[in-house]
Amino acid sequence: MRIELERRPRQSSLFAVVSPLLALALTVLFGGIMFALLGKDPVAALYSFFIEPLLEVWSLHELAIKAAPLILIAVGLSVCYRSNNWNIGAEGQFTVGAIVGAIVPITFYEWHSPLLLPLMMIMGAIGGAAYGAIPALLKTRFNTNEILTSLMLVYIAQLFLDWLTRGIWKDPAGYNFPQSRSFVTEGVLPEVLSSGRAHYGIVFAIIAAIAVWFMMRYTLKGFQVNVLGQSERAGRFAGFSGRKMVWFSMMFSGALAGLAGISEVSGSIGHLQPSISPGYGFTAIIVAFLGRLNPLGIIASGFVLALTYLGGEGAQLSIGVSDKVTRVFQGLLLFFVLSCDTLILYKVRIVFDRVRAVSAKAAS
Amino acid sequence: MIVEAILLTVITASTPLVIAAMGELVTERSGVLNLGVEGMMIIGAVCAFIATNMTGSPYIGLLAGVATGAVFSLLFGFLTLTLVANQVATGLALTILGLGVSGMVGESVVGVPGVKMQPLVIPLLSDIPVVGPILFAQDLFFYLSILLVIGVNWYLFKSRSGLRLRAIGDSHGSAHTLGLPVIRTRYLAVMFGGACAGLAGAQLSLVYTPQWVENMSAGRGWIALALVVFAAWRPWRVLAGGYLFGAVTIGQLHAQALGIGLPSQFLSALPYAATIVVLIIISHNRRTTLINTPACLGKPFVPDR
Repeated sequence: MRIELERRPRQSSLFAVVSPLLALALTVLFGGIMFALLGKDPVAALYSFFIEPLLEVWSLHELAIKAAPLILIAVGLSVCYRSNNWNIGAEGQFTVGAIVGAIVPITFYEWHSPLLLPLMMIMGAIGGAAYGAIPALLKTRFNTNEILTSLMLVYIAQLFLDWLTRGIWKDPAGYNFPQSRSFVTEGVLPEVLSSGRAHYGIVFAIIAAIAVWFMMRYTLKGFQVNVLGQSERAGRFAGFSGRKMVWFSMMFSGALAGLAGISEVSGSIGHLQPSISPGYGFTAIIVAFLGRLNPLGIIASGFVLALTYLGGEGAQLSIGVSDKVTRVFQGLLLFFVLSCDTLILYKVRIVFDRVRAVSAKAAS
Repeated sequence: MIVEAILLTVITASTPLVIAAMGELVTERSGVLNLGVEGMMIIGAVCAFIATNMTGSPYIGLLAGVATGAVFSLLFGFLTLTLVANQVATGLALTILGLGVSGMVGESVVGVPGVKMQPLVIPLLSDIPVVGPILFAQDLFFYLSILLVIGVNWYLFKSRSGLRLRAIGDSHGSAHTLGLPVIRTRYLAVMFGGACAGLAGAQLSLVYTPQWVENMSAGRGWIALALVVFAAWRPWRVLAGGYLFGAVTIGQLHAQALGIGLPSQFLSALPYAATIVVLIIISHNRRTTLINTPACLGKPFVPDR
């Protein structure tokens, strides 16, 4: 018995929609099995994981808070991956964006002005873009693999943040805790609705997603991204520069990640500290793939993955499973997404070997 | 004495890098880019630790690490070889899943003191004045790492089977036309890579620091990947590069202990910065990179019937 793949003449549009849903269903199924193996009631566990976080208003706000950076980063990553530039260092660009965006409220901590917030956001985006430019430079000038360089830069960025918050940016009135001064009120991203904590980060995320969707679908830039991603040679014949696309995609996704970073720090936390992200930059990779690299799909998948974060926390409280379950769910989800994506390009056939039976029959 | 002590720590730090990189080298030579080394390594680490904890023998732990690394890599193999999924994304998925599963599985043994694997002293050779105690009184992992380098080098460049594997990695279409079993060879290469990564992980939790800490691989899987590129896919260069990285890692630890003026975070960042620098040096000549890289690395293969 073996599995045979037969290439479809055209991408199946049915499976383009069904595949992420199928992946989600399989993940829930395997998750239930995993809960059962851990000795917990699978139905109750799945309920507390996926349904309970949706039942209360404050919980929906928390969902929006978690989904905002995921969507923002993933939208940038979708542009990168579509152009075949593998930016894995979004977590580092997130961190550097937060650091650069926090320069003004921390060094000029007495400055109150309505300009503070926009300045922070812009600087955050610039910081992230600059950090994303490093792997771009290394790829175009030195032919260095961007996966490894962007990843190494993540560790370096996190260590830099650790050094800043324990050292020169430590709050003198903070009882020696490793955190910076708290931002003034003008430097905190305000809430969107009065019913909860959700801040404008989610607004940025949705606007960015719609804007990028428009760019990818209706503008020349989007066309360039797609063509260069599928065949660099074809792009060159059309006059598109692969080199410039490396710069554009890495800096664009870096900027969005940086914006996500400063939004998260400003809206959710209110100061800088050594740990500002539960792995948003890496989870955003899953969000991007689950959303099939389409910004509108990413809005949905961002909320799905935010749900897994909340579900993990909730399940820990109500069922007693470890919160590591979240990472396992996310990894499983990506696995199933990638498996089900095969159905879009290929027809899968399970072939039972009849050759031997036929030849045996012929010989007799 | 101090030099000897430092050399010993360098060996302990470099061994997991060399082992993991050798496995990945074979995998990449067959044309498959497996970015999941970090995930396979950490799974090997946690399973080796738990097996040792349950049985009391670090050798059982070593076997457990190897076995679980190989089985885990089968997941990657199924997705990329049978279902022809994108190799970069699947490797990342393997890493994320590995980190998550190991964190979950290892929760019960956090803080439990481990059983350190004792050195195996080779009788006569270890009495050689300076070199003896350093090279011939080491634990099994070190000997395995050297055997791996010698063995893989022989296999790839001196054996017919290794020639076929390299042919598959350089041109899977031609190899398939010749009747070589592309998919089966790649499966075996992926499993070998997984076994080696698991072995490297076992070294981390049985020798390097005999305990389990979440995410204890600390990016070593990624450094092993960079090592394979740095070594231009050649075994002896992996050994040299592995020891270079091990030296940097240990060097910055000792520098921190000695209280050198630089902040500890800066020193901790040195191995990662060194990796970037090394990658730049190795890759910037496009022609040599093109010559050395297995030509079909990362390219999906679907046999057309």
